[in-house]
Amino acid sequence: MTKYDAIVIGAGHNGLITSNYLAKAGKRVLVVDARNQPGGCASSKKFAEGFQLSDCAQWVHQFDDKIIKDLSLEKYGFRLGESKRTIALQASGDHLTIEGNNLSGAGIGVSDQKAFKAFRLQMQAFAKLMLKLYRTRAPKMVEANWSDRMTLLSLGLGLKMMGRKNMQDMMRLVLINIYDVMNEYFEHDGLKAAVALDAITGTNMGPRSPNTVFTYIHRMVGAALGNRGVSQVMGGMGRLGDALLSSAQAQGVQVRLGMTVSRIVKTDDRVTGVELSSGELLEATAVVSSADPKTTYRDLLGYRNIEAGQARRVEQYRTRSGTGKLHLALSGLPSFTGVSAEDHSQRLVIAPSMDAMETALNPMKYKELTSQHVFDISIPSLEDPALAPAGQHLLTALVHYVPYELKTGWGDKDGNGSARDQLLESLLRQLEAYAPGIRDLIIASEVVVPEDFEASHGMTGGNWHHGELSIDQALMMRPFPGSTQYTGSVEGLYLCGAGSHPGGSLMGLAGKNAAEEILKQGVLS
Amino acid sequence: MSAAERTTMLLTTPFHSRVEQYCELNDWGAWQGYTTPNSYFDVELEYFAIRSTAGVLDLSPMNKYRISGPDAEAFLNRLVTRDVSKIGIDRVGYAVWCNDAGELMDDGTIFHLAENDYRLCSYMRADEWLEWNALGFDVTINNESDDIAALAIQGPVSCTILTLIGCEGLNELKPFGIARFDFEGVEMMVSRTGFTGDLGYEVWIDPSKAEALWDQLFDKGHDYLIKPIGSHALHMARIEAGFLQAKVDFVPAEIAVRPGRTRTPLEMGLDWQVDFNKPLFNGRAALLKQREEGLRYRFVLLDVEGNKPAEHSFILKNGKQIGIVTSAAWCPTAKSNLAFAQVEMPHGAVGDEFVAEIYYQRELQWTRLMAPCKVIDGPLFNPPRKRQTPAPAH
Repeated sequence: MTKYDAIVIGAGHNGLITSNYLAKAGKRVLVVDARNQPGGCASSKKFAEGFQLSDCAQWVHQFDDKIIKDLSLEKYGFRLGESKRTIALQASGDHLTIEGNNLSGAGIGVSDQKAFKAFRLQMQAFAKLMLKLYRTRAPKMVEANWSDRMTLLSLGLGLKMMGRKNMQDMMRLVLINIYDVMNEYFEHDGLKAAVALDAITGTNMGPRSPNTVFTYIHRMVGAALGNRGVSQVMGGMGRLGDALLSSAQAQGVQVRLGMTVSRIVKTDDRVTGVELSSGELLEATAVVSSADPKTTYRDLLGYRNIEAGQARRVEQYRTRSGTGKLHLALSGLPSFTGVSAEDHSQRLVIAPSMDAMETALNPMKYKELTSQHVFDISIPSLEDPALAPAGQHLLTALVHYVPYELKTGWGDKDGNGSARDQLLESLLRQLEAYAPGIRDLIIASEVVVPEDFEASHGMTGGNWHHGELSIDQALMMRPFPGSTQYTGSVEGLYLCGAGSHPGGSLMGLAGKNAAEEILKQGVLS
Repeated sequence: MSAAERTTMLLTTPFHSRVEQYCELNDWGAWQGYTTPNSYFDVELEYFAIRSTAGVLDLSPMNKYRISGPDAEAFLNRLVTRDVSKIGIDRVGYAVWCNDAGELMDDGTIFHLAENDYRLCSYMRADEWLEWNALGFDVTINNESDDIAALAIQGPVSCTILTLIGCEGLNELKPFGIARFDFEGVEMMVSRTGFTGDLGYEVWIDPSKAEALWDQLFDKGHDYLIKPIGSHALHMARIEAGFLQAKVDFVPAEIAVRPGRTRTPLEMGLDWQVDFNKPLFNGRAALLKQREEGLRYRFVLLDVEGNKPAEHSFILKNGKQIGIVTSAAWCPTAKSNLAFAQVEMPHGAVGDEFVAEIYYQRELQWTRLMAPCKVIDGPLFNPPRKRQTPAPAH
């Protein structure tokens, strides 16, 4: 039997990035993924007749440019679209536009414009510091070795270099909630909500939840990387997955798609390989899992194969997502009131106020549906007409405050009258208020609830961060104490997915850092 | 007055009506939420009952967990540091367990009642920890502490008295064995176990038969000078026998507040309990690391000169404090002044000599005694009758 240096579970972006860096260092690497296509959340699927749909991730906020260069992703067909402006749709039809650090429209006042600039600059300073930490393994707080101490020292120094005011603000703000910070800085309700939206995306939190400043800074890492806004991937998200696959294969990584890992094999006291659902056993010096920590420890390794304290950590690890998605194939370009035809290619968001968002969160807590969702809309076929048949358009929207668990159950995916239909109807009704007549353009529609993401992409709780990105589950505590720095308590097992530092979003740093850590440890032959 | 109405809210055991009758000193203490006697009539006489005739201890407050199901053995093997598969059916094994950091949580006994059916007796309440440990195992955990009444009958005539109340052939039971008898129509389980280091048994029975059991024991045992014993007498006996006591000789990890106050089994002289051949148990990785990097402390038995118990003493080497005493007693049968101590490494090899700084009071006057002491290899009390099968008759 061939023995690999490393078997990477999951051909998502982090899994492929880890495998690529390991192969670059001369290691024999195999990647296995249950799905038939590479990329994980960076994936596309055919939708209706002639539509190419990004079926999981919608935007790129903060993909690390160093990884794009290192892996020559552009050579393999990866191309990002233009940075988009955010147009926060207001009920009045006079919308607010956010472009980088500038605001316009919606009767926004000079004081808000000035405050926004100051706010963004400060957040970028924080994010820059954060990026520094994101690009290295998070130091352990106790038992720090020299390289960990250097990281902490450089962080401390970075904090100090930001100046007294910034340093004080960071210490003050980072643990509180975005709601209070918005009210402290701004007047305009629409502005507050549009900013708060970036803080709650992909989480199970409302603007008033603690941690939401931290999640906002996480988003701002994109700005620290020089991005002025979100971008779409030309050709659809799947192109990123394809490029990562081609790049990895060019490095000699073997990739087996459509193969499900049924368990991580532990022999005596160490991990020695994986077993596929076909019964095939594959051996490796290291198993590197890009699956989320719950899938990795609970489902693949099994609680009985780890110590009880760690099993308890895994069980307690919070993985619920409150984000779903709406997919529409449209026979023509919808018309959002007050948005120019050209601006439909930008990022359109519907988040009337922070109170509305918080109110939308409430039913979710009790496993019920809200009737007021928050939308983060993309019509990618405008910038990239190849995604839809001529003259037709694709609309995707991240929809927030869709519960993972519904009291009534989500019902059969294809069954009529299920909670999914109820949700679709509710979403269309809300959309129509901003884009009258959109319903008449629909060729095909689909709602994706967190439970569906869990099933299709193997993410526990449907959470694209592979676990709530809150301070207690972040940085030196990600995913949880005892499994930080990309290792678990079991020898031979490593983590490289979004569940490890620095967390989720298409960023690639977890995968890159994990590979660096594994190579540094010198555990592979 | 019900337990809830009392300020202390202490519960009473199934033997309480009898215990109360015998507790002449009214010297009550709290044990795991139950009121039990510290002493009944005279600590030393109670102690001598254990060593010379038979002492009866109500151990109903002991926490008892029934662990059963297809994964019961696998569950216990991940929980405790020893190899549970070596405890045969109808056998009892001593065990200790740790958290992931290798810190000692508690010690206790595992009763192997039937295939994949066990009872774990622990000093500490362990409900939550056991529930967490059950993740991923097909196992049922039932706290049966209140469903079983238990007495320890310890001492040279214990077997004789139990035989008189119907435990026919009990003398053939080997140490750590389990036997079952009929007692007034219910099953009475008897194990040859105890906390005194002597010949002795523990009897487990339905609470409805508790008083009847007590009555029969004291009736049939009267001529054999059977006596009830309280926790103070037990304390003397267990020190003489070299047995550790949780919360006294080590701080259970779950209740330790201050950093560095917990100990690992290796530091408590329990390395014989740790089976690194098992691929997994809680604390294994941490203990392996400690074995490699070295221990911080060593647990030792000290033979202290003189007859003043070295309770709470500092242990000095060349005038410098290198350890503390956790348990100490003058042991009448061994005729020695014993102390359990934790000393800093590398001290504590057998034969090492220290000084115990002992304070004692005489007629209001505190006196300091610097008593030489020496590390000994194992307890001084270890009578053949503890091991003999058949148990000696009297």
